[in-house]
Amino acid sequence: MSEPAVEAIDVTRSYELEGGVVVNALSGVSLRIDTGEYAAIIGPSGSGKSTLMHLLGCLDRPTTGALRIAGADVSSLDDTQLAQLRNETVGFVFQSFQLLPRISATANVAMPLVYRGTGRAERIERARTALESVGLGHRLDHRPTQLSGGEQQRVAIARALVSQPTLLLADEPTGNLDTQSGVDVMRLLEQLNTDHGVAVILVTHDHEVAARARRRIRIRDGLIESDDGAHSVADQSVAP
Amino acid sequence: MRFAEAFRVALDALRANRLRSLLTMLGVIIGVAAVVILVAIGSGAKAEVEKQVEGLGSNLILVVPGSLEIGGAPSASRLELTDVELLGRAVGDANAVATTVQSGELVRVGDKEVFTTINGTNETVVNVFDRPIARGRYISAADVDTRRRVAVLGSSSARKLFGDVDPIGRQVTIAGVRFRIIGTFVDVGSTFGVDRNAEIHVPVTSAQRLFGVNRIDALAVKAPTIDSIPAIQKRILDALAEKYPGDKFSAVTQTQILGTIGQILGLLTLVLAAIAAISLLVGGVGVSNIMLVSVRERTREIGLRKALGARQRDILVQFLIEAVLLTSIGGLIGIALGVSASLAASALSPLPAEISWWSPLLAFGVSAGVGIFFGVAPARRAGRLDPVVALRTE
Ligand SMILES: Nc1ncnc2c1ncn2[C@@H]1O[C@H](COP(=O)(O)OP(=O)(O)OP(=O)(O)O)[C@@H](O)[C@H]1O
Ligand SMILES: [Mg+2]
Repeated sequence: MSEPAVEAIDVTRSYELEGGVVVNALSGVSLRIDTGEYAAIIGPSGSGKSTLMHLLGCLDRPTTGALRIAGADVSSLDDTQLAQLRNETVGFVFQSFQLLPRISATANVAMPLVYRGTGRAERIERARTALESVGLGHRLDHRPTQLSGGEQQRVAIARALVSQPTLLLADEPTGNLDTQSGVDVMRLLEQLNTDHGVAVILVTHDHEVAARARRRIRIRDGLIESDDGAHSVADQSVAP
Repeated sequence: MRFAEAFRVALDALRANRLRSLLTMLGVIIGVAAVVILVAIGSGAKAEVEKQVEGLGSNLILVVPGSLEIGGAPSASRLELTDVELLGRAVGDANAVATTVQSGELVRVGDKEVFTTINGTNETVVNVFDRPIARGRYISAADVDTRRRVAVLGSSSARKLFGDVDPIGRQVTIAGVRFRIIGTFVDVGSTFGVDRNAEIHVPVTSAQRLFGVNRIDALAVKAPTIDSIPAIQKRILDALAEKYPGDKFSAVTQTQILGTIGQILGLLTLVLAAIAAISLLVGGVGVSNIMLVSVRERTREIGLRKALGARQRDILVQFLIEAVLLTSIGGLIGIALGVSASLAASALSPLPAEISWWSPLLAFGVSAGVGIFFGVAPARRAGRLDPVVALRTE
């Protein structure tokens, strides 16, 4: 039986706005994704998909509820351990790319390795390999501002791959790509999943992309509406 | 993250905002340069004065009316010419006592004129002070006794009044009275732009008549050995106390003068350094301010770096290095500026400036320290940001 790669138990996340208004982005989500799984999160805009992804990627802490990643309870980790988890276990593709505009594609991709203490030559080598794997071998020294939207998207994916994570979280990785590039990116993610056993969770609005995933999780108003591959979280919470 | 990497990132960030970095540094540059220059001038002044006082001659006791203390008011002189003999008897060697009465007067030769210090002295000056004669002779006892109108010229006065002509035997007019030149002094250099080579010595008796006074300004006594100084000081003061009951006099050695001057100039240097330190502090506040702006501007970058695995410490170090780079590069430029300004000042102006090894080091240390001190708060703030919160800010 597979190990859980990431597990959320009755997780909520609410934001308090100025004036005391509270927005519940997630209002009680339980979810378990196993190692080697390939899941798509779908749902209308504003339903809480990105919020959930950020929690799963340890970029944010839940308001209530528990999160376990690679066997560790996130709330018990300090800043340094959390940083290490983000660096070594999780690869994150942001909905809005989040590339640094002043440095080259290679330098952007190599950045996670900087915080791992990898030597410069090896960093550049691995960044180049990652960029080549997303079809950007000819754009190594371009700055993000000198790249098209789709190319920036692929740089962001290369950056998530470069650290060889065991959990890849991609927030709309094909949102800015044409059909062909979208298919290429999907192939890449599927290949990572099948060949390297990386657990992949992606958010998408594209039904074709969602259809290719082995599991679909539908979110609405901060709650899971349907999940066609759900493990019984209730079972697990009573299991020893 | 490796230190070298953090260093590179910080340097890149500074380079990306070149003008802003430079303006921020300017505060530190000015502060450090001010410290270096003011300390150089302060210690240069001290060294110069010490050199001059030591150059007067050894085992010298200066006798002046009143007390020689910081803040002590100068008192009118009641000393008179007979006190030279009085002290000669007290000390047991008339040859060891010199006197002076001074006034600034206009000196003319033909159509050339200079305004300079006329020093009325007696024949023992060459014995008591180190004041060698270049040509001719010094004032003699007979010159003093018979109130002869003879003069000994300092080298610069001789040059100004006579050019290349040999002045010995020629006439000068001092305050309208003719004097014959009997000698010239060896070059002795200047103090604070006051040219001691401009002095003209005449017999004290002639000077008193010329100035229309009966007083003398000060007496100088040469002790035979260092060890005899305290006893001689006491004898001098006792003799004067007997003659002028109730009046106060001082008999001080070079060492005592040096101590007093050193105290004054040391205090002056300290005050100058403190003023300069304030400008350094203001520069530091500027650095802190810019670092806060920099952190705010790069909130998204910080969020991203944290999302990719940067620890609080990595971010802190990155911004600290940035702050320290700002201040230490500024510090180095400031030192270069301060040192060259000090050198230029001592070469081109009468201001003596002496660069002490500690002031650039101290200024650099302080500016790097200022960088750390004022960089810590913004850097900590940056390190604590939550990745998602940081990523969402525009
Ligand atoms: N920092 C925040 N402060 C207040 N409300 C927030 C904040 N972040 C998200 N929200 C709210 O939480 C809800 C969920 O946002 P989220 O970004 O997760 O939506 P999403 O499902 O990813 O939408 P999309 O498909 O448009 O990306 C939204 O209603 C949003 O307004
Ligand atoms: Mg979203």
